[in-house]
Amino acid sequence: MTALREETSVPVADHRRGDRPRRKRQRPNWGAGLAALAWLVFVGVPIYLMIKDSFQPKDAYLDGGPLSLPRKLTLDNFAEVFRSGYTRYLINTAVVTVASVALTVLLAFPAAYAIVRSRSRIVSGTFRIFLAGLAVPAQATIIPVYLMISRMHLYDSLTAIILPTVAFGLPLSVLVLSSALRDVPRELYEAMTIDGGGSFRLMWSLALPLSRASLTTISVYSALNAWNGFLFPLILTQSPEQRVQTLGLWNFQNQFGANVPGLMAAVLLSAIPVFVVYLFARRWLIAGLAGAGGK
Amino acid sequence: MTAVAGARRGRRRSAASAGADRAARPGAVWILPAVLFFGVFAGVPLLLTAVLSFTDWNGLGTPNFNGVANWRHALTDSAIWESMRISLVFMVLCWVVQTPLALLIGVWAAGRELNRAVLSSIFFLPLLMSTAAIAITWRVLLDPNFGLAATVGPWIGFPDGNIAGDQHGALGAVVVVIAWQFVPFHSLMYQSATRQIPKMLYDAALIDGAGRFQQFWHITLPQLRNTIITSSVLMLVGSLTYFETILIVTNGGPGTATMVLPQRMYNSAFQSFQMGYASVIALVLAALGTALSLVIVRFSGYGKMRSTLEGI
Repeated sequence: MTALREETSVPVADHRRGDRPRRKRQRPNWGAGLAALAWLVFVGVPIYLMIKDSFQPKDAYLDGGPLSLPRKLTLDNFAEVFRSGYTRYLINTAVVTVASVALTVLLAFPAAYAIVRSRSRIVSGTFRIFLAGLAVPAQATIIPVYLMISRMHLYDSLTAIILPTVAFGLPLSVLVLSSALRDVPRELYEAMTIDGGGSFRLMWSLALPLSRASLTTISVYSALNAWNGFLFPLILTQSPEQRVQTLGLWNFQNQFGANVPGLMAAVLLSAIPVFVVYLFARRWLIAGLAGAGGK
Repeated sequence: MTAVAGARRGRRRSAASAGADRAARPGAVWILPAVLFFGVFAGVPLLLTAVLSFTDWNGLGTPNFNGVANWRHALTDSAIWESMRISLVFMVLCWVVQTPLALLIGVWAAGRELNRAVLSSIFFLPLLMSTAAIAITWRVLLDPNFGLAATVGPWIGFPDGNIAGDQHGALGAVVVVIAWQFVPFHSLMYQSATRQIPKMLYDAALIDGAGRFQQFWHITLPQLRNTIITSSVLMLVGSLTYFETILIVTNGGPGTATMVLPQRMYNSAFQSFQMGYASVIALVLAALGTALSLVIVRFSGYGKMRSTLEGI
């Protein structure tokens, strides 16, 4: 705040010189720039340390102190992480992620299509259920979810993770998709009906291609939810065979203890797939993230 | 698509004149799979929580009804009230710390200057990490012997560097970790909302001689009103129900210094196996969370939230 306050003294006459005031001509906001650098340090230092430690030999970590510059780099930590079964965790997480995305799209798209196109009262009523569903905190339901999953004999399986993960992602996915489908002009549906199309064909060859952007958004959203999910795996799985990467990290922490470089290597590995998506599809990732935090 | 639409316009007109909208419309069956799925794995559990709160289930056997015993216990259990107090303090702290930061960073990052674009792409990096990854990284940083806390601790009043081992330090540390994780997301909301403010308003303000602070105070802030409401309630509900970070960083400790309500629920359920008692806490949480969420619907509505996210 102070940073901005200081700038009130900027002479306004400067902006009046041209016949059209333009924001771009304003003097650089040095105060805000300095504050931004401070935030950069706060955000950057933990990331820097995490990356640095993961490439450092163990003894160097213990001797050097947190802020020392790395002298010797090594990939041993990553090798150790893979030796301790991390590959299995990554595969498990990938299975959960792919299945969650597929199931979410499969369930959410027809629902959104019906919400926008159907004239049934039941549909508009159920839409309200989805709106209310946004307010249900997953944390408050973990006990009965645990009970139901055990009774369904699914405890300690990847399916156990997928089912509630998808369920809690559905409300936002349906909302995002239905708001996109509302933009498809009615005329297109009518035109395609004349060409002889039923509800399914209208959805498949008209609604689906036209809402590709939102489909990508909710796919990224549910993929992130599944990839980063911690709570459901925590209460619904147990054995190392069914462990996902987030639980793997937690387990490393309890198991490796003092082996911080190994732990940080595992942390770095867990973020790399998301980072790669960020590099190549930044726009979609951010759209998906915007949805992910909304829950 | 416009080409297709154009080519078919002629035929559509004749159809329109022939009669009303004849396009096939899906029936209610189309929405059923999603509703059933959501109902079974999210709706039913919420109801079951209520049922379980009247039982003595221990996680293994069959739940037996034991009347209002859990509820009576909860009312007289000082631990619950302590957790409630910690949760409220935690919730308020999270909001007070994150909102000004997210707002200022978001508005700053909305500028189109190159340095802002480069820096904000770094600012958003925590978004790429999972809760577990962030919490574990910070737990390492908070290690009083080898972590950053050993260096930074003495500067901020913890000579031994044991920030996470101190009553107040632990809660503060968790608030900092949560801010590190979630400020980027809220900044993102503010950034896109700020970019949607019509340029005209600022041009008019410049002509009236408004300085940078006045522009922020009289244009940017009022224009961001809906975003502030939405972001605040997401933050408040989030910090009330969310405990994964606390579980990993402090596990409720030291003592019960960071034992927020959901952490208490988790411990009762999956460590003491008092599922019925934990269900009471879960219901209290759900009720508090829903009450706060109703505030969202009342003051801003999710429709508005979505529109602030467009164009990202």
